Amino acid sequence: MKDNGTKKEYETVIGLEVHVELSTRTKIFCGCAATFGATPNTLVCPVCLGMPGTLPVLNRRVVELAMAVGLALNCDVTRTTRFDRKNYFYPDNPQNYQISQLYLPICRNGWLGIGEGDDERKIRIHELHAEEDAGKLTHDEEGKETLVDYNRAGIPLIEIVTEPDLKNAGEVISFLEKLRMVIGYLEASDCKLQEGSMRVDVNLSLREVGSEQLGTRTEMKNLNSFRAITRAIDAEAKRQKELLDAGKEILQETRRWDDQKGVSYSMRSKEDAQDYRYFPDPDLPPVVISEEWIQAVREALPEMREERKERFVREYGIPAYDAGVITQSVHLARWFEQTAALGIMPKKVSNWIMGEGLRLLREKEMDPEDVRLSPEHFAALIRMNEENEITNAIAKEVFAKAIDTDLDPESYVKANGLMTMRDDSLLRETVKRVIAENEKSVADYKNGKEKALGYLVGQTMKAVRGQALPAAVTAMLKEELNA
Amino acid sequence: MKILDLTAVELAGRIRRGEIDAMEPLEAVFDRISEREEQLHCYLVLDRDGARARARELQKRRSAGETLGLLAGVPVAVKDNLCTKSMRTTCGSRMLENFIPSYDATAVRNLRNADAIILGKTNLDEFGMGNTTESSYFGMTRNPWNVERSAGGSSGGSAAAVASGECYAAIGTDTGGSVRQPASHCGVVGLKPTYGTVSRNGLIAYCSSMDQAGPVTKDVRDSAALLSVIASSDPKDATSLQRDDLSFPENIPQDVESLRIGIPTDDSGKGLDPEIREAVWSVATALKERGAILEEFDLGITKYVVPAYYTIACGEASSNLERYDGMKYGLRVSAVGLHETYRKTRTAGFGAEVRRRILLGTFALSEGYYDEYYLTAMKVRRLIKDAYDKAFLKYDVLIGPTSPQIAPKLGEAGMDPLASYLADVYTVPANLTGMPAMSLPCAMHSTGLPIGVQLTAALFQEKTLLRVGAAWEQIRGQRHEG
Repeated sequence: MKDNGTKKEYETVIGLEVHVELSTRTKIFCGCAATFGATPNTLVCPVCLGMPGTLPVLNRRVVELAMAVGLALNCDVTRTTRFDRKNYFYPDNPQNYQISQLYLPICRNGWLGIGEGDDERKIRIHELHAEEDAGKLTHDEEGKETLVDYNRAGIPLIEIVTEPDLKNAGEVISFLEKLRMVIGYLEASDCKLQEGSMRVDVNLSLREVGSEQLGTRTEMKNLNSFRAITRAIDAEAKRQKELLDAGKEILQETRRWDDQKGVSYSMRSKEDAQDYRYFPDPDLPPVVISEEWIQAVREALPEMREERKERFVREYGIPAYDAGVITQSVHLARWFEQTAALGIMPKKVSNWIMGEGLRLLREKEMDPEDVRLSPEHFAALIRMNEENEITNAIAKEVFAKAIDTDLDPESYVKANGLMTMRDDSLLRETVKRVIAENEKSVADYKNGKEKALGYLVGQTMKAVRGQALPAAVTAMLKEELNA
Repeated sequence: MKILDLTAVELAGRIRRGEIDAMEPLEAVFDRISEREEQLHCYLVLDRDGARARARELQKRRSAGETLGLLAGVPVAVKDNLCTKSMRTTCGSRMLENFIPSYDATAVRNLRNADAIILGKTNLDEFGMGNTTESSYFGMTRNPWNVERSAGGSSGGSAAAVASGECYAAIGTDTGGSVRQPASHCGVVGLKPTYGTVSRNGLIAYCSSMDQAGPVTKDVRDSAALLSVIASSDPKDATSLQRDDLSFPENIPQDVESLRIGIPTDDSGKGLDPEIREAVWSVATALKERGAILEEFDLGITKYVVPAYYTIACGEASSNLERYDGMKYGLRVSAVGLHETYRKTRTAGFGAEVRRRILLGTFALSEGYYDEYYLTAMKVRRLIKDAYDKAFLKYDVLIGPTSPQIAPKLGEAGMDPLASYLADVYTVPANLTGMPAMSLPCAMHSTGLPIGVQLTAALFQEKTLLRVGAAWEQIRGQRHEG
């Protein structure tokens, strides 16, 4: 106990359990549509309502999508996979058991790299298994009534379980972004945390630096955004460190993150953990996955990010940096490629996407798949700007309006009279008025202050609502001032 | 010949040919029901109006020149754990007292498609759990041969209805002998097909890996006809099989020349009634006289079958019956809070035997006990399957008793659950292995009750069972001729 009295150094050890809803047309064990936003309990049938006498029949597309994700995560495919029942009493599950996989998950032993080049680190994937989602409970405000919507019951999920290979919130976010990108390329899911199509549970423990021994872990739930995940990880690492520093023990428990308050609460301890009484579901025969089936899924895998990035550099001649940014999302990559294919110079397209595009996505809190501007209208906008039919300022304004609505830029510009001013006399009048109204700046300019000219250009642009070309305005101002 | 003495196949033939109006046998059945049902209690639901309307419809279609199906106008009873659209389906449980399914079980739909008339739903042990039909929440079924005796179970209502003429044929379900044992006790033919032959869609699950519906009939030919009707490959049941060997000739072949018959040595202890043992041997001997080859052999696994069966069946049942929680359908006993509502509902809704099996099964699947009990039982199941596979390399069919005892006196079986479980020793192997098996009436006991003999064949070998069964019927002189 020579360290007595001095605080120990700890490192954070994190493992993730990520649930992802698969975008199949129908549910995992019946023919009901697997879509969102429908009136509660309209996308249901006797099977997904767990009515007496009904039986689950596996949707093979679920196995294929799970396999595709598993292969993209460098996993081994389990040649004979099987479903198990996880028994628990709760009204979100009509049968009071969830059909999941415990003993023979579809995929095991994979990895996903985070970071680039020499900094790349392989995060090991322990397993990937398929299961059914549960219904959605809504509790009324007084806590008197609970309503159940079984539309979600039977939506296919995959659960990806990592090894405890992650060290901090930054790595976790990198991992999740990469995972989302991979799944996006496979079009296996839209992976939206806010909407619950991607759900992340964080297992976190502290380990004394230099030790091999893992500490007691907690599992954090209710993490609905990357920001919440980051804050919860930092808070939990801090909480555990404070407990350890005070000589207290960490309880193995499940905790719920309250993002409003920025704290977590204990949901249940290990002692309260339910016995799920897993056993193989006798209604579902084992699924034998042949080498041919695996090969077929592998061959059907779409072009992934690295290949696409290289191809964009090669085929479109855009810089590697641009290709890297654009291919972060399959949606942006497709937007780029389809727009460039319409005869627009590829570098112009990538500039628009990387500059205004990404800025607007942040500003409007949109995901790349929320972009509505069609390649045709996007191309028209860029062309109009290139041909000076509209100024940069107007182009940006129209782009901002069109990105999530797909308005037609040509008719919008026409209807709102946003074309670049061609009438020199009108512009000259405006320039003269600006000169007349800004005596001080005019004097400054004449006294050699070049900056004053910029101000006057700005005033003129403002007066013509951005519809003049800045170069033309500058030239005309100089002419008038020097006259 | 009285109309109620016709077999299902004979009746359907006459209705198809226009010799009998479909309403005639139906009214005869209703008359018989009026005479006997109050005492026997075969039915939980009886749909007189629906059946009459159906008979009229069939008659109309025949008059219009349509050729009716294989079971044209045959009044058939269905065990009340098979879902029937718009007709109450209770499983003999208070839990589902007022449950009306929104769909027909595939086997029921197949019956309708063959132009059978569904009379109603027959009594059963609650959720099929029992072998006397005494655990039904709605009261026991009595044996038509002796009303102080049990009809057997769990398909007691189906067997008693066929034996008493309250229907021409019935569908039962067999998880551990529930078609064969009541058939044996009531002196009728009960067949459990190869697992997967009849779709389980709409069969309310007790033990999913063993549940299988099968016909309860007056004779072997009816059994073949009903089997060919109810069997189907079903996209709604992932465990259902594609079979194209289930259409049988009108006259089932009866030749047993050179047929290899195995008789397992009885190592079940002192449980077997000597009269039953003698009856079984007399069947075997008679078949030998017809040219079959007879051999006694030791299966070597008999003492493991009952423990393995109950461990697996209760384990699956504990999960299958979780859905009855008072939230969505069926009984709800309201209480404060979710868990108290669950507890009160399930305590009130399930009878003692169902609760016992749920508790046993929950224990067998619990963390820390799963390997010791459930997994061990699954391994034993494999060994039992291996023992039978080995036996069927040498034999075409096995002959033995269906039940070690004749129909017990009512009230006696429930006294000792363990003794009652042990009485399933001859029937559960077919469920553990998936093999087809059939019980045939073979002799009368000195008490005046029927004795059944059980035939077991390898997977998919129903035709062997039917052939041996038809041979025995001919020997016994009870074969109905059309």
